[in-house]
Amino acid sequence: MNTAVEFCQTSRCFGDVRAVDQVSLKIAEGEFFSMLGPSGSGKTTCLRLIAGFEQPDDGHVIIHGRDATGLPPYQRNVNTVFQDYALFPHMNVLDNIAYGLMVKGVNKKERQHRAAEALDMVALGQYGQRKPAQLSGGQRQRIALARALVNRPRVLLLDEPLGALDLKLREQMQGELKRLQRQLGITFVFVTHDQTEALSMSDRVAVFNQGRIEQLDSPRNLYNQPQTAFVAGFVGSSNVLHGALAQQLSGKSAALAIRPEYISIRHSGSAVPSDTASTELINLPGVIKDVQYQGSNTRIEVELEPGVSIAASEANSLLSNHTARLPGQSVQVSWSRQAMVSLRDNASV
Amino acid sequence: MTSRSSLPAADNSPVFTPPSGLLYRAADRLYRRPNLLLALLLLPPLLWFGSVYIASLLALLWQGLYTFDDFTMLVNHTLTLENYARLFDPANFDIILRTLLMALAVSAFSAILAFPVAYYMARYASGRIKAFFYLAVMLPMWTSYIVKAYAWTLLLAQEGVSQWFVHLLGLTPLLDALLALPGVGGNTLSTSSLGRFLVFTYIWLPFMILPIQASLERLPPSLLQASSDLGATPFKTFRHVILPLSVPGIAAGSIFTFSLTLGDYIVPQLVGPPGLFLGSMVYVQQGSIGNMPMAAAFTLVPIVLIAIYLSIVKRMGAFDAL
Repeated sequence: MNTAVEFCQTSRCFGDVRAVDQVSLKIAEGEFFSMLGPSGSGKTTCLRLIAGFEQPDDGHVIIHGRDATGLPPYQRNVNTVFQDYALFPHMNVLDNIAYGLMVKGVNKKERQHRAAEALDMVALGQYGQRKPAQLSGGQRQRIALARALVNRPRVLLLDEPLGALDLKLREQMQGELKRLQRQLGITFVFVTHDQTEALSMSDRVAVFNQGRIEQLDSPRNLYNQPQTAFVAGFVGSSNVLHGALAQQLSGKSAALAIRPEYISIRHSGSAVPSDTASTELINLPGVIKDVQYQGSNTRIEVELEPGVSIAASEANSLLSNHTARLPGQSVQVSWSRQAMVSLRDNASV
Repeated sequence: MTSRSSLPAADNSPVFTPPSGLLYRAADRLYRRPNLLLALLLLPPLLWFGSVYIASLLALLWQGLYTFDDFTMLVNHTLTLENYARLFDPANFDIILRTLLMALAVSAFSAILAFPVAYYMARYASGRIKAFFYLAVMLPMWTSYIVKAYAWTLLLAQEGVSQWFVHLLGLTPLLDALLALPGVGGNTLSTSSLGRFLVFTYIWLPFMILPIQASLERLPPSLLQASSDLGATPFKTFRHVILPLSVPGIAAGSIFTFSLTLGDYIVPQLVGPPGLFLGSMVYVQQGSIGNMPMAAAFTLVPIVLIAIYLSIVKRMGAFDAL
């Protein structure tokens, strides 16, 4: 598969801060690639390096085999959907969409035709004459998308495009974006701080932290096989165990991560299920410290030893008894050995 | 539980503080009826504006309908439209045209000069540099405008700094060629329309810089990035995004420069060729001749010109973004 975008040891500094620190990565053509991380982790700067709004201080950015280092944005065949949409307030919707074609000298008839086509693609055909201020957030978002796609870019960059939308609209747009990406076959580079968004849409996800990539993997691997404590904590929630307890459980000195939903809780003294005899199951006593009702599930915090707690997540059903778990109860927590993931040594929490 | 005891108990304090005193009750009433408060606040300025400004302006224009007797040099209250009609006499119309052209030229040139300064202030300068620019733009306004106009007569005079400087640059032939142009030139810079134009531009420039700067400051940087991202070169970004979005600022600034130039009577007296300006014509009619009706008729001209100017600017969409 061809490489659409490649970073070679790319760095970008702002003063003393290394916003992007020697990042190397390859994004395949036609891939839905996400950059995930907290704010200030360098994901947006990476996107701006591809767009050309930032230039690397060190290293190279290669787009479709061509070194784009030093190339201004208007000479790159990539387009961006901005976080604030950045629609031109003095132009109507059709002129906004046709802008890229207009400045490239496409004749009026063709650009009107293509702009109308792009508008239909995002299902806003009848809104062409409106000004951006007369549209809702979700509609502006689609116009921004149409304005970028009408130029037929080879790479589409999306800078937290769904951040300003409410939950329902966001979920709907996630589906639409994914559908458009499959249909057009364009490489999508999607920046987000929302891990569910990244997991549900992407082919691969790069998790950023402090200007570096912590892990670059498929969503499934990212969730089930986090390599660092940061990834384990940022993608979903995780229990990370260190030190003597980790040593005792795995026989290695490395920290361990266990997902809360893989931990089950029994009351002390209740019958041990027959399969617990298996050495594959880990059993530890503890005391419930806190119970949080979260809708579809309940989060239960169990103190294993002073200062060491572990969170378990139990799915709720109509039959579950909400008084079954109370703070102060002595319980047994258990999980399968396979649920434990060893983290890299250099991981910091 | 232990942490809570450190907080003061909230149980005993009353939920409502009962109103006490006249001021409290007045405040409560105004709080419940915000329109009443608004009306009270607006009444004094509206009264002032209505009586002092509008009414006296109408009274002034009404005086333009009175008759001036050329023999007795007295005004009688016979109503006539003759004063307004005489505005179109060739001599008077020349004055109007001269003033109008100067106002347009000053506005256009001020906008061209102001734009780069405003752009730099809005998009690049920050902190101390920005403060310095604000100060530098405002500083000339701290001095009396008459002092500045007089200072310019010296600067532009035959033996003045400007001609000396032009000579130093070896551009004297160019200046002589400019001064030889009919309608623009004169014997020296200080007696030429060019000199008058330079002084007007100097004096009104801050009124152009600040509104443009304000309009550029409101421009989100992401719009410029979006334009560039969509393939526009910096020039096209300027032409299609920056310029149209700064039109409200340019319009606001040009309303200042245009109307201030139209009404000015000091600079035309001090700098430039002898021909009268609208303001100086009003001054002469009213002060020297005592023809109040004709002076009043002349005051209608800038009002009408500015009204026309505003409607043109509005048609160009300058106020759409307000």
